[in-house]
Amino acid sequence: MSDASLPRAMRQPFSLKFASNAFLLFWLLLAAFPLVWVLVMSFKSPVDAFSSSAADVLIGPRTVADGNGYSVIDIALGILVFWLSIKAATKWLSPMAAGDGFLQKVFSWAIISVGFAALFILGFFVVAPWVAAPLNALLGPLGTPVIGLTAQHYEAVWVENAFYENFRNSMIVTFGVVTVSLTVGTLAGYGLARSGSTFAFWILIIALIFRALPPSVLVAGYLPVFINSAEILRPFLGENAPTLYGQPLAVIAVLVSINQPFTIWMLRSFFQNIPVDLDESARVDGCTHFQAFRWVIMPVMWPGVITTGLFSFLLAYNDFLVTSLLLDASNQTMVPAIAGYFNRETTTTDQVEAIAAAVSITAPLFLLVMIFQRQIVSGLTAGAVKG
Amino acid sequence: MKFKTFAMFVGPSVFLMLLFIAFPLVAVLVNSFQVTQPVFTTQEVETCSAGFLQQTCTTEVKTIPVLDENGEIITTTKWVGFSSYANVLGGERFTRALSNFDFGAILAIDFWKALRFTLTFTLITLPCVLGLGLAIAIVVNNATRAIKGPVIFLSLLPFIITPVIGALSIRWLFYGDGIVTVWLEAWFNTDLSIAANGWAVEFLMMFYRVWHVAPFAFVIFYAGLQTVNQDTLESAIIDGASRWERLRYVVIPHLMPLIVFITLIHLMDAYRAFEEVIGFSSESLRITLQYLTYDYLQPDDAGNRQISSASASAMLTMVGVIVLLAAPLRRTWRDHRG
Repeated sequence: MSDASLPRAMRQPFSLKFASNAFLLFWLLLAAFPLVWVLVMSFKSPVDAFSSSAADVLIGPRTVADGNGYSVIDIALGILVFWLSIKAATKWLSPMAAGDGFLQKVFSWAIISVGFAALFILGFFVVAPWVAAPLNALLGPLGTPVIGLTAQHYEAVWVENAFYENFRNSMIVTFGVVTVSLTVGTLAGYGLARSGSTFAFWILIIALIFRALPPSVLVAGYLPVFINSAEILRPFLGENAPTLYGQPLAVIAVLVSINQPFTIWMLRSFFQNIPVDLDESARVDGCTHFQAFRWVIMPVMWPGVITTGLFSFLLAYNDFLVTSLLLDASNQTMVPAIAGYFNRETTTTDQVEAIAAAVSITAPLFLLVMIFQRQIVSGLTAGAVKG
Repeated sequence: MKFKTFAMFVGPSVFLMLLFIAFPLVAVLVNSFQVTQPVFTTQEVETCSAGFLQQTCTTEVKTIPVLDENGEIITTTKWVGFSSYANVLGGERFTRALSNFDFGAILAIDFWKALRFTLTFTLITLPCVLGLGLAIAIVVNNATRAIKGPVIFLSLLPFIITPVIGALSIRWLFYGDGIVTVWLEAWFNTDLSIAANGWAVEFLMMFYRVWHVAPFAFVIFYAGLQTVNQDTLESAIIDGASRWERLRYVVIPHLMPLIVFITLIHLMDAYRAFEEVIGFSSESLRITLQYLTYDYLQPDDAGNRQISSASASAMLTMVGVIVLLAAPLRRTWRDHRG
């Protein structure tokens, strides 16, 4: 919007514009700084990561001294590889995976990211060092290491401490929660959106009260039952009655139920945006309610389902309280597992490993915001628009 | 829609909510009036050790749990009335402190400590979240179109990040010789030890919460700003309203429903604050109500969980939720009635 098109009274004086942009910059720094700093720390040796000088944390003299330094040439090559692999991924891979429907899109995104990762790893860890070694030796001052970066903490976390097991447990729990809560939630959301009865109103109000309940209140109710469930269920199920404590399936059921109030409120508001005429015309054509729901409403409902799915994913992925109380150490998910690192933080190495684990947990969320930014924004505003 | 069809659609969801929310609530209510303990018995044990000329023998009376034929500890469940509640509220200590008007002693009891912190936390972060969210929304609305996408992306990060990890990432900037602490020390030329100072930790916890929730308020206010009636704004300009007056009398009234919405959501979420305590390891300095229940549920060194106290503190937390929701629920009910 250029200034000339605006009426004079709407134009802003320079000082106001400056203050406004300065505040914006301040907020962006505030929002990003803790995360960026943690990311930088995770690649340094412990001495550098907890150094009191900011420059040391950024450059990492100790990390360089440990033989993990990179010269200007290495960095330039690294950037080149990064750029080339992005180019290659968008140029060759995207056309291969092009498609129209939502599933095709997800599939193509998956293909592109896998291809990108493969190219990147190949270029970064095989080609770049192979080219860089003789160049560094040749070029003298340009070839001396200037910045220290090391992936050793990631290696320690993922390989030595078997973080992949926690990752797998997290994936099982989140996948289960998202699929079950969407299946159950879309049915209920549709029913509630299309029924104006007082009963439906009461379900929604009670769901709102449930939404405000602290999860610890509910877990206090589950724990004794879950721990003794084998004895309680024996009369019904016989000898193979399970102990629910420590079972990922039980945690999935619990998280689905705790998130159900939120899910049905959100899906209901999405269903209400779909005109009732659509179901009615389907009903006139001879569909049952369920057929209308399945073949007429669901195809136009995908954006709402995806948005709600994202929030279910976040709730399950970010959960600390329920998973830490209801799962035992052998099948712990990622977020409670990280607590183990800073409980035993005796050495700075442990702390940097905790930082590397934290960054590992955050990376998928970062990708998620990148791909689904629009859906997240629409989900946040969906409930608010109605007030 | 016929009731039967409606029931088929809503059934699974209602079943899950009954089984995993309503039923546990009843169980918690019942548990809060009961105590389950192992059955103990006293036994005389004579232990002898070799001594000169004659053995030294001592007879002790030991309390040991009774075992059943499978070798498991037998437990009994007793109806104890309100004694678990009295226990959580501080019992003797509380009444004594109350009669002496000694508020310091009251706040030393876990429950009152948690209540004090949770309420302060909720009420102080609320205006900060609303103010910061609105400020960011106005500023982003004012920025050039090209940068809006990246700005929204960056702003969403603190909101989307796992709460425990968000709290940790701020903790690592401040605790010990964190980089921001070093800067503050250099600036004020003093020696700071943030992790040991209760008020500093309390401030950091609030700072984290504002940092985490402000993006949510921002996105909602930003969407609201897109629908401000331009004609009203122009008439306000013609009437000679300054920028501030336009904000105060046109924009904010337009955003009022959104302010109410964010307030309600924030009150609910801040009241059940929990992750801050874990992230900042503030167990010994500041705890929240939800953490109190969590702490009772954690097994102690002997592997026992204080289910009864946890249930009592959970029920006391519930009272707060009801107080919090009473006003908005009454309004919704009136609206529904017509």
